Amino acid sequence: MEKFILAFIVGGSICVIGQLLMDGLKLTPAHTMVTLVVSGAVLGGFGVYDDLVKFAGAGASVPISSFGNQLVKGALQEAQRTGIIGVLTGIFKITSAGISSAIIFGFLSALLCKPKG
Amino acid sequence: MLQGHQTWVFESKPVIISSAAIGGPFEAQGNLAKDFDLLHGDIWLGQDSYEQAEKKFLEQACETAIKKAGLKKEDIQFFLSGDLINQIIPSSFTARTLAVPFLGIYGACSSSMEGLSFASLLVDSGFAKNALVGTSSHNAACEKQYRYPTEYGAQKPPTAQWTVTGAGAAVVAKQGEGPHVVASTIGRVIDMGLSDPFNMGAAMAPAAVDTIEAHFRDLNIRPSHYDLIATGDLGKIGHRIARFTYKAWTRHPDREIDRLRHFNVQRRPTGLRRSQWLCLCCYNYLRASFKSYAKRGTKANFSHSHRCLALPHVLPAKGNHTLHCPCSINRNVKQEADVWKSLFWHLSLVDLYV
Repeated sequence: MEKFILAFIVGGSICVIGQLLMDGLKLTPAHTMVTLVVSGAVLGGFGVYDDLVKFAGAGASVPISSFGNQLVKGALQEAQRTGIIGVLTGIFKITSAGISSAIIFGFLSALLCKPKG
Repeated sequence: MLQGHQTWVFESKPVIISSAAIGGPFEAQGNLAKDFDLLHGDIWLGQDSYEQAEKKFLEQACETAIKKAGLKKEDIQFFLSGDLINQIIPSSFTARTLAVPFLGIYGACSSSMEGLSFASLLVDSGFAKNALVGTSSHNAACEKQYRYPTEYGAQKPPTAQWTVTGAGAAVVAKQGEGPHVVASTIGRVIDMGLSDPFNMGAAMAPAAVDTIEAHFRDLNIRPSHYDLIATGDLGKIGHRIARFTYKAWTRHPDREIDRLRHFNVQRRPTGLRRSQWLCLCCYNYLRASFKSYAKRGTKANFSHSHRCLALPHVLPAKGNHTLHCPCSINRNVKQEADVWKSLFWHLSLVDLYV
């Protein structure tokens, strides 16, 4: 139960930050999303984000900031294995499941459905 | 003939001999649904794209207006139309279908009143015996054009308005039955620095007040000349700001300010609605809603519109039953580093005799 509460609080706080960026700083939805991704990447680069995931579970791994973390993580891992070129080849390694499924399911639903406006 | 700084007075008083408004599913649930000639339950209208659907809306509005005037499309001498899509394609393709000499216009929200003003000018000056004016908008096509694609599902604050799905058209002629266009005041662009694309009402309100005031100044009349000064496009918040500003600027007594009323065509539980076609319906409203309004007298309370809008600002006057229709316009002019900067202006008040 404690896990759920932690996930709710941490995940909710990230969303509150996003909402404040939109309402308070008047950022556009695209800017808000990019800000969260970049923040996640920076935190991931310092190794902080993984601790947050350990602490809050899905509360930290589901929001978009986790995507930034995974980009950096994939790039760093591959860079350690294959050298500097690994930054380029590894960046989408961990996130490829998410990106590919977005493309594939997007394509399938575009085939089958029509937007309703 | 020019009167004052920015008002045209049409001496021959051109007549709006017919008008038509076609709406989408959202408008069909609105307060003014019964004033539409045709309402569609599907925003696609059986077409392959939203843009083509918008063209269809406009074609239907034009056909209906021509039919109601008892004319054939060969009888129409000029077609003036504008919309919100790039290169005003719905208008251009409708002009292709109609095969009538075409003048494309763009004035965002004010397109319909801009068209009406130009058509009246053509007819009044004797350069045309009649002219068809139209304007259209499609929620999904327009939102994609100047905000976000609707499929993206971007959050909208409560001040955001709703772009109408529909089209309106009217035939202006030298003689006939219907409201007369008596005068038209062309508004200035007033940019008071509001850059929130989700609060168009506030951005447009100063321009609305400026144009309404210019109209009264140029024609040397007071608000009490009219029974009703209706705003629609401003939305609930914009309307309030307009009333407040108007009062502060002009110091007219309250009972005169009260003539500024607010109409809405759409109804939804939350959020504001506005439409930039605002004036689409106006053509019809002039005839339908305002007729019933005139019957009920000025006590009728249209200002219950909690969400917003859609008409232009239209006013039937007391003694001579003048209708007035300033129209507001708003327009997103440029995109600066992804931040929409909005410029708004307000254009053309049109006096109409019922």
